[in-house]
Amino acid sequence: MKTSLLPTVAHRLALLAYVIFALFPLFWLLKVSVTPNSLLYSEGVRMWPSQTTWEHYAFVLQHSAFPTFFKNSLIVSGSTAVIVTICASLSGYALSRFHFRAKYWIVALMLLTQMFPLVMLVAPIFKILTPLGLTNSLTGLIVVYTAFNVPFATFLMQSFFDAIPKDLEEAAIIDGATKFMAFREIILPLTLPGIAATLGFVFTAAWSELLFALMLINGNNAATFPVGLLTFVSKFSVDFGQMMAAGILALIPAALFFLLIQRYLVQGLTAGAVKG
Amino acid sequence: MSMTADAHARRQDRRPWQKRLADASEPYLYSAPALILIIVVMLVPLVVGISYAFRDIQLLNPFSGGFIGLEHFETLSKDKAFYTALKNTLWWTGASVFLQFVFGLILALLLDKPFMGRGIVQALVFLPWAVPSFLGGLNWAWLFNPVIGPLPHWLYGLGLMSQPGNILSDPQYAMWGPIIANVWWGIPFFAITLLAALQSIPRDLYEAASIDGASWFQRFWSITLPFLAPTIAITVLLRTVWVSNFADLIVVMTGGGPADRTQIVASYIFTQAFKALDFGYASAIALVLLVLLLAYSLLIILLRQTLLNKG
Repeated sequence: MKTSLLPTVAHRLALLAYVIFALFPLFWLLKVSVTPNSLLYSEGVRMWPSQTTWEHYAFVLQHSAFPTFFKNSLIVSGSTAVIVTICASLSGYALSRFHFRAKYWIVALMLLTQMFPLVMLVAPIFKILTPLGLTNSLTGLIVVYTAFNVPFATFLMQSFFDAIPKDLEEAAIIDGATKFMAFREIILPLTLPGIAATLGFVFTAAWSELLFALMLINGNNAATFPVGLLTFVSKFSVDFGQMMAAGILALIPAALFFLLIQRYLVQGLTAGAVKG
Repeated sequence: MSMTADAHARRQDRRPWQKRLADASEPYLYSAPALILIIVVMLVPLVVGISYAFRDIQLLNPFSGGFIGLEHFETLSKDKAFYTALKNTLWWTGASVFLQFVFGLILALLLDKPFMGRGIVQALVFLPWAVPSFLGGLNWAWLFNPVIGPLPHWLYGLGLMSQPGNILSDPQYAMWGPIIANVWWGIPFFAITLLAALQSIPRDLYEAASIDGASWFQRFWSITLPFLAPTIAITVLLRTVWVSNFADLIVVMTGGGPADRTQIVASYIFTQAFKALDFGYASAIALVLLVLLLAYSLLIILLRQTLLNKG
């Protein structure tokens, strides 16, 4: 088979265009965050400022509430990711390995939750959580985010379990293990990539959530990053350098997590697709 | 095979009833934590929310809370802002999902064949998905801002704008701002799921086809697309529902303005609940949106079923 040069070049150029489109906005974020205030307007359209500075980062870290936002977001997203992954491993395993009467109802219920507008839940959840003292609290956010993310995570985990041959645990059960032992000792270790993918996926989702965080939290003490950044935007005199520095800082954990897991995400979905 | 084994096992079931009960309840025990969470935090509030639609619920008014029947829906039927929001939702969802899907599919096809550095390229082009949506929204709002963003100056340089202005405050084009941000953010979702589906297509099908002299387009049309069809149907369905409910970018970038030109139903609900604190009215709008989305989903599922039966 002859490989001609033209398609290859076109292929690489097309990918290059995608990479530029994907990264340019982030690059601009970085660029403004290191531009000194004095050059912000005069060099507004330049690709890279003639001088760079870290002063915006220093200000954000030392003189604003951002360390608190950062800590809150980390607590909320981390806890949500762990709890969701535990629940979704169990329910995903049930959907993958058992035939039981309520199975289709459970699947239908989980699909339904993906269809209805979450904004519809804003008002009732607020009303329900208020008397429980769960508004303005990180625990309340964790509970809400966990529930929101469980359905998709369940489907994700199920597709990873589906990819593992059943013979493995059947052999273990013949050797006298209970089903739960087989699940814990044999199946879970094999699904580590799937667990990583689910953890990362949920972490990023919780890290980004804005509407419920806005609705359920007021005041800086329990604010997560999205709320913090938005109040920053509306309250302070518009300091773009500081906002973008804060933006870069908000981006780092989610991006790191995602870079590590995106490979497994594709793998997991592929494995699930084979079974159909 | 496992079916007959199951049946065989059932016939010979000599286990004591406690053991049988334990075995039968096992899948329920596994699913219990997830189910309890979903029911308590999503299903119950959904039902409560539906009831709010027929009640007068205002957060700051202690005398509110009474049953008012269909009053909210009567108001809604005369609410011009709602019809604008409905029209905007169609436009916003249609354009966003179409562009995300087309560019996502192209990206998945580009990434499907092995080349040097594929791992790193894949990680980079998928990165926007990891960017928190509020941050993506702010970021694009900044890019469109003529003071610190390059885009207005580029558009001006290309002669597309008479002066470097902010399209987010231009009533005619404002919706394009959030749509572009949404496309940027959502391409990876389609690319990831479609790439996964592409990689599960048996490679020998392609080899056989190219030995038979099929062109690239013929192979795409008769092998790739049929294999992708189920994934496409389900992802487009999910995505349409998500995007029409997705108010983050609009809340962050334009707040629904200028003059409600970018107000979609989801952001309108949020404005009613969060700014006007009128939970009853917000729930009534949400109920209408829910019904519309359910009708849409059923339609797509039926369509898919018909296509599958035919094929």
